[in-house]
Amino acid sequence: MAEHSIVTRTQVGRRPGRYVLRAVVTAYLFLLVAWPLYLVARNAFADGFTSLNDILTDPDVTHALRLTVVIAVTAVVINTVFGVGISILLVRYDFPGKRTLNALLDVPLSVSPIVVGLALVLVYGGREGWFGPTLESAGLQIIFATPGMVMATVFVALPLVIREVVPILQEVGDEQEQAARSLGANAVQTFRRITLPAIKWGVIYGVVLSLARSLGEFGAVKVVSGNVLGETRTATLVVEEKYLNFDKGGSYATAFLLALVAVACIIVVSVLRPKEDR
Amino acid sequence: MTSSTLAPQRPAAHRRSLRGGLPLTRVSGLGLGVAMVWFSLLVLIPLAAVAVAAADGGWAGFWRTVTNDQTAATIRLTVGTALLVTLVNIVMGTLIAWVLVRDRFFGKRALEILIDVPFALPTIVAGLVLLALYGPGSPLGVNIANTRIAVFLAFLFVTLPFIVRTVQPVLAELDPEIEEAAASLGASRFTTFRRIILPSLTPAIAAGAALSFARAVGEYGSLVLLTGNLPMRTEVASVRILSSIENDNLDSAAAVAVVLLAISLAVIVVLDVIQRRVMRRG
Amino acid sequence: MSIEIVNVGKRFGDFVALDDVSVSIPSGRLTALLGPSGGGKSTLLRIIAGLERADTGKVDIEGVDATRLPPQKRNVGFVFQHYAAFKHLTVRRNVAFGLEIRKRPKDEIRGRVDELLALVHLEQFADRLPSQLSGGQRQRMALARALAVEPTVLLLDEPFGALDAKVRKELRDWLRRLHDEVHVTTVFVTHDQEEALEVADEIVVINEGRVEQIGSPDDLYDRPANEFVMRFLGPVTQLGDQLVRPHDLQLSTDPTGIGVLGRVARVTRIGFEIRVDLSTTDGQSVTVTLTRNEFLALGIQVDSEVRVRLAPGSPATTVSAPAARPATPTLAAAG
Repeated sequence: MAEHSIVTRTQVGRRPGRYVLRAVVTAYLFLLVAWPLYLVARNAFADGFTSLNDILTDPDVTHALRLTVVIAVTAVVINTVFGVGISILLVRYDFPGKRTLNALLDVPLSVSPIVVGLALVLVYGGREGWFGPTLESAGLQIIFATPGMVMATVFVALPLVIREVVPILQEVGDEQEQAARSLGANAVQTFRRITLPAIKWGVIYGVVLSLARSLGEFGAVKVVSGNVLGETRTATLVVEEKYLNFDKGGSYATAFLLALVAVACIIVVSVLRPKEDR
Repeated sequence: MTSSTLAPQRPAAHRRSLRGGLPLTRVSGLGLGVAMVWFSLLVLIPLAAVAVAAADGGWAGFWRTVTNDQTAATIRLTVGTALLVTLVNIVMGTLIAWVLVRDRFFGKRALEILIDVPFALPTIVAGLVLLALYGPGSPLGVNIANTRIAVFLAFLFVTLPFIVRTVQPVLAELDPEIEEAAASLGASRFTTFRRIILPSLTPAIAAGAALSFARAVGEYGSLVLLTGNLPMRTEVASVRILSSIENDNLDSAAAVAVVLLAISLAVIVVLDVIQRRVMRRG
Repeated sequence: MSIEIVNVGKRFGDFVALDDVSVSIPSGRLTALLGPSGGGKSTLLRIIAGLERADTGKVDIEGVDATRLPPQKRNVGFVFQHYAAFKHLTVRRNVAFGLEIRKRPKDEIRGRVDELLALVHLEQFADRLPSQLSGGQRQRMALARALAVEPTVLLLDEPFGALDAKVRKELRDWLRRLHDEVHVTTVFVTHDQEEALEVADEIVVINEGRVEQIGSPDDLYDRPANEFVMRFLGPVTQLGDQLVRPHDLQLSTDPTGIGVLGRVARVTRIGFEIRVDLSTTDGQSVTVTLTRNEFLALGIQVDSEVRVRLAPGSPATTVSAPAARPATPTLAAAG
């Protein structure tokens, strides 16, 4: 991957056009992303730390934050195990329908979060869902409960780990794994000692991306959660609810917390990534 | 180049063929089985349920639902704005990728991070973020909240990374010698770009555009606070589906959802065709 | 016999990689699997290692039926063409890998690794990562890693294929010396006939999934079993319907002597060799290589009339298919 990072400067030259392009791009990104983002931070601190303090002492909000973290972490764990497993199957093994599966794994990227929610309600809804009533009579409530919210979150973040790990697995090839096998390592030892270290950074990026996506999921969770105060309300739902109830300070403060985590995730990835290139 | 590729999609040119591999062993076969059961329970069966629910009212019912004035307006607005946004992204995304790859200046790394912000930022927060600059009390003195411009702006924000991140690596790998060769043969810079560079970028641009379009069509979170969801004015398809769900009218929700899924499916097929073409070209 | 391969067949889809192959590879020797690319020799090696499973047939290693054993239970050392270095481990940890898997005591591992690093002359590189080594050094590390587990057999797949000509030659000599020291049953795959002739005790020639000939380098060179082996092992030219080596042909200027009459068409000097291209009275083109002294002694030049014949006792095979060049009937051949 090292070659990818070589900056080719040939055609840039020293022409005025370069400065025009640079200015256009910078202005575009400034107006679309940087300035609005800054304003959220400023609005969050419009009254000093009052808003932030208020939301962090509001038990409903802290419950929502905790719930968000629990759901996101659970979803990330599931997607990491599934993602690494399916990546290895896709790259190292051959089976009928592999191409179709590969294409289907991208589907969650193109499905509206609201449709995701709807789809889960149709199958797991307690009253009319395909499996919902059966599961509910067995004591397992999915929709309007944490399992449904985890499923919705897993759905929307599903391809992220796979898309990071598959290219790396292809890049490293299988010779190292074969060498390990010929030196006496069994499947588990080969995975732990050879495969995992090789795909480590891909897995870490995938996990960070999935975490950012999972913490911020809104639409799908909104549909399946029922948005019950103090029970199934997540942080993103708090942002909406507070804004619509004219508690803009609280809304901006919560949004600021979420944005902070998201930006931190991006920075972590951008700091980590060059290490792999070295 | 920092290339913190947060956009979820690797560029088409980087996605190699998955051909070949070992036959399944007992353990890997079991693993595949478990993964397929999970994937079916989570994704395939629920999406099938949407199609089944949409078919519940028969073709006439389906058609009545999706051609209902209010619903048809949401679909028109969603698809139309998504197309427009995708066009803007094709130009701006390629331009941004070009500057990030070919230019060097102080602060470029910060721009790299800004590109990825819309991907990682919760969509509801994205709406709030745009509201802060373009809503009531805007420091710019503009207020586009509750207008169709707000829909356009929200789509533009959430789809920012896609084309940039698919084009960037392809552009970085283009051999500068090819451009030098074109120049030595007398091609102007514009001709070189149009005849030499653009054709190599086309698959990546197309792949990014497809993703960006699909994302815009399904967008919901960033619109909630920004557009007011005014029927016949700023209401998009996702919002329409949600209000049907909230009114416990799951069948009409499913009908509109099927339209969105069909659009997504078309996008995936296009993406796949592009990939195949790129792979054949090697 | 150390490795017994009996009636092994292997297909990849429609492609027949190995077609009912049977080979016995002797203990303690250095055996080459020689053949053109895509001929099945690497597949055979990988079947011996267990990295590939045969569709049919049986593989015994030191009297144990290994046909269905997974690679980690075969106790073979395998060296890959592209080294397959564990990139995240130092040279020392790479070499120690197999011993760590076998849960040997730390001291023993350290001692054994030091010994092997000395054997492959990589002592001073023990704490480097593979990315900091040259290709030749990486391949020596891979060899030490394979030897560390004291394998029953050592298998090398085109071990020097990715190296440049000079390093390749050095490593080739070095492999021969190493084998003389370590005496482990060794099988290596190569498409380079010179490499096989120079290094191996035994050569198995494989082409299109079948064994063409098995024998010592002398056997193969002096008594090629068929036209393919003859052609593959060195330069050939055709005299009548006989395929012969250009340096086994003798020229004479005596017009009444024995041999086929021809006229010199071209003389080319290649280093210490002189190549003489003849056109026989039958219209056949024949190439003869001579030393410079032989050439001078003959005193011939372009258009000289010469007689050409095969030196007695030289290897020759009969050409089965008609020659590629527009041959007039050439039955009136040598002798």
